[in-house]
Amino acid sequence: MVKFERFTLENGLRVLVHEDDTTPMAVLNILYDVGARDENPEQTGFAHLFEHLMFGGSVNIPAYDEPLQRVGGENNAFTSNDMTNYYITLPAVNLETAFWLESDRMLSLAFSEKSLEVQRNVVCEEFKQRYLNQPYGDVWLKLRPLVYQKHPYQWATIGKELSHVENAKIEDVKAFFKKHYNPQNAIMVVGGAIKFAEVKKMAEKWFGPIEAGEKYKRNLPQEPIQKEEVKSTINADVPSNAIYKVFKMPGKMEEGYPATDLISDILSQGKSSRLYQNLVQQNPVFSDINSYNYGSIDTGMFVIEGRLLPGIKVEEADELIWKELEHLKALPVFEDELIKVKNKYESAKEFEEMSLLDKAMNLAFYELFGDANLVNTDKENYLKVTATEIQAQAQTLFNREGATTLYYLAN
Amino acid sequence: MLDRNIAPDFKQIEEVTFIHAKKHVLANKIPVFVGNAGEQDLVRIEFIFQNTSWQLDKPLMPSVTNSMLTEGTHSLSSAQIASKIDYYGAFFQPEYSYDHSSLTLYSLNKYVGDTLPLIKEMLTGSIFPQKELETYLRNQKQKLKIALEKNSVVAKRLFTETLFGDSLYGYPNQLEDYDNVKRENLLAYYQKVYHPANCTIVISGKIDDSVLKLVADLFGNWSSTEEVTEFKVSFKSSDQKLHYIEKQDALQSAIRIGIPLVNRTHPDFIGLQILNTALGGYFGSRLMNNIREDKGYTYGIGSGIASLQHAGYFFISTEVGVDVTPQTLTEIEKEVNLLKTELIGEDELGLIRNYLMGSLLGSLENAFSHADKFKNLYFFGLDYSYYDRYIETIKSISPEELMRLANQYWDYDSFYKIIVGKM
Repeated sequence: MVKFERFTLENGLRVLVHEDDTTPMAVLNILYDVGARDENPEQTGFAHLFEHLMFGGSVNIPAYDEPLQRVGGENNAFTSNDMTNYYITLPAVNLETAFWLESDRMLSLAFSEKSLEVQRNVVCEEFKQRYLNQPYGDVWLKLRPLVYQKHPYQWATIGKELSHVENAKIEDVKAFFKKHYNPQNAIMVVGGAIKFAEVKKMAEKWFGPIEAGEKYKRNLPQEPIQKEEVKSTINADVPSNAIYKVFKMPGKMEEGYPATDLISDILSQGKSSRLYQNLVQQNPVFSDINSYNYGSIDTGMFVIEGRLLPGIKVEEADELIWKELEHLKALPVFEDELIKVKNKYESAKEFEEMSLLDKAMNLAFYELFGDANLVNTDKENYLKVTATEIQAQAQTLFNREGATTLYYLAN
Repeated sequence: MLDRNIAPDFKQIEEVTFIHAKKHVLANKIPVFVGNAGEQDLVRIEFIFQNTSWQLDKPLMPSVTNSMLTEGTHSLSSAQIASKIDYYGAFFQPEYSYDHSSLTLYSLNKYVGDTLPLIKEMLTGSIFPQKELETYLRNQKQKLKIALEKNSVVAKRLFTETLFGDSLYGYPNQLEDYDNVKRENLLAYYQKVYHPANCTIVISGKIDDSVLKLVADLFGNWSSTEEVTEFKVSFKSSDQKLHYIEKQDALQSAIRIGIPLVNRTHPDFIGLQILNTALGGYFGSRLMNNIREDKGYTYGIGSGIASLQHAGYFFISTEVGVDVTPQTLTEIEKEVNLLKTELIGEDELGLIRNYLMGSLLGSLENAFSHADKFKNLYFFGLDYSYYDRYIETIKSISPEELMRLANQYWDYDSFYKIIVGKM
């Protein structure tokens, strides 16, 4: 159970406070409701590049990291297709420094040309390191556009191509800031050895004077239902053949999400799971096979990816995956199997609560999904899923015409 | 009026509280260390065994034995073990590191009575079934093939081999090694290493007497047939300082630079950690500031010091664009030498002191992390006064002392340099 209180500043900034006196530390987490899905298709990778620029100095504070380290703090951030999240961990006695730093960069950035130039390079190196310079690294750059015809999930957060990042201009940076980085589009969570009243006072002092800005109204093209199977093949210098199979699935807070999430656990969580038992252990076809989903807010991706053992035909391996999926459609899962994945889900949540930062982030995520209190109640949506619902969900998900399959083959 | 140009006042961290692990001893002399803390009804129980054998002709024996603990016992198959553990929402994790082989259970307190007996099964009745062994070896070999396509992996392997030769610390597993693993060798290694006289148990989380009693009942009468023999790791570093592996199609070069170094038991170790922090140990370090934040050559660069029981090492690691590989090497050399020739300023040192104190405080987040701190001491024969010294050194070390350490331990020409990529 994660207890929290909330208030909203006049400028629209939502603040959640989680008191936890078992630690001497505090966390300040700010989530901005902007991700790669909000980018212009001709300027992809921008939300993520922007995240880097948020560390390049703000209007009154030339350097962001240095003053924070000086008070014993650390920070980082990440960008996804749905959101951009920044977090600070520091000794609770020095919490005000976090307020000072975060409020100044919400107020305005320094917009330094030097910072833009350097971070363009840094992001290009990140692009190479994570997506280009390793085996299978580019798979999502290739797969996303096959899966999504209309929705901006068709590009990865790093961007479609290096040139989009290389061509970013300071005017674009300013416009992006104005559009997305204001109190109305942000959710702040403060947690740790702090008191609600004290947080409220600091929030009013540092964030209160920031102008509300304009509320960004999201209007994204929704993805139509897929009516035809998509198949594609890539040949590259990789050590073994691989299959990637994607099905469209409900968004994070939509009907059917928990059942779908549990299906991926039944298929591939641990050594007692179906894909491991049947396609790695008993009938060795894959060296490695996994199913997972992206937890996206809009229509998401349910993924099965496997690396084939030498000498196995890729089409045959593909059919063996289908056989497992058909099995889920034809028969309800065993009661024990369902209890197992539910228990595992429940205890994983319990372990998460050992980490202050995880708790703070989860509050912010769920607030974005609709209500922070879902952090405590979403569990019920998982625990009530029945074997019949799993079967029905499998029937909805796993159809040939809704499948996108990529064969990633060794040269 | 709010003046945003002025930083709020802040406090120095003066005190850090460690939850000391409490020692118990089982009837068969297994030491059990208990770190009791936390709100969640969770417990972590670690069974840690010293690596006490290294045979170059059977290099995979220690690591494969460890991974195979979960693959079948006299009464349970791999799938049965996994589903039982999963059924109770527990996790288990075999782990093989330079000095230890361990098996760890994470469990809800209410189910420890159901989950801990499974750990006992694995530690006392593993049979290393042939079919599961073949599956494991086949898959690991495939994984290694893929890993070897990554320049950073190739550089890391070559680095440890260059420093530590073909010893337990240095030997890089080869693909063909996976074809030569014999079940009977694993059984022999299992006998030799996984027994009470070679075992330490560390329990952390919300612990009550019932957990301790359960551990005592299950493991207290486990008998040893083996003695623990003295084991040393000896190694010879490469004669060649520079190792360059060219990859024609590389977009980035992976760089690793470093040397063997003293470990945590040495009086200079803490000072060296502070020196390392300045060079590449945190986001604001000199290497990050220069090579990422000023020049944009890389997504990240860092340096670190690793403490092993029989050695230690210092390393710098990065991946940089192929076109800027030579420039990066020049800048790294420059930054290392600057710490030898110019005193570190009070401003920077003050920041590092505060940063390290905050990061120590933050690293003690829960019962598990307190137990990890304990292990850092115990396996090096140290006690909690080490952390008093650690804090004292952070607060008081002088720029002159840091310069002395840089001159005593760092000589760029004698560093081993591994470059995998293109330049």
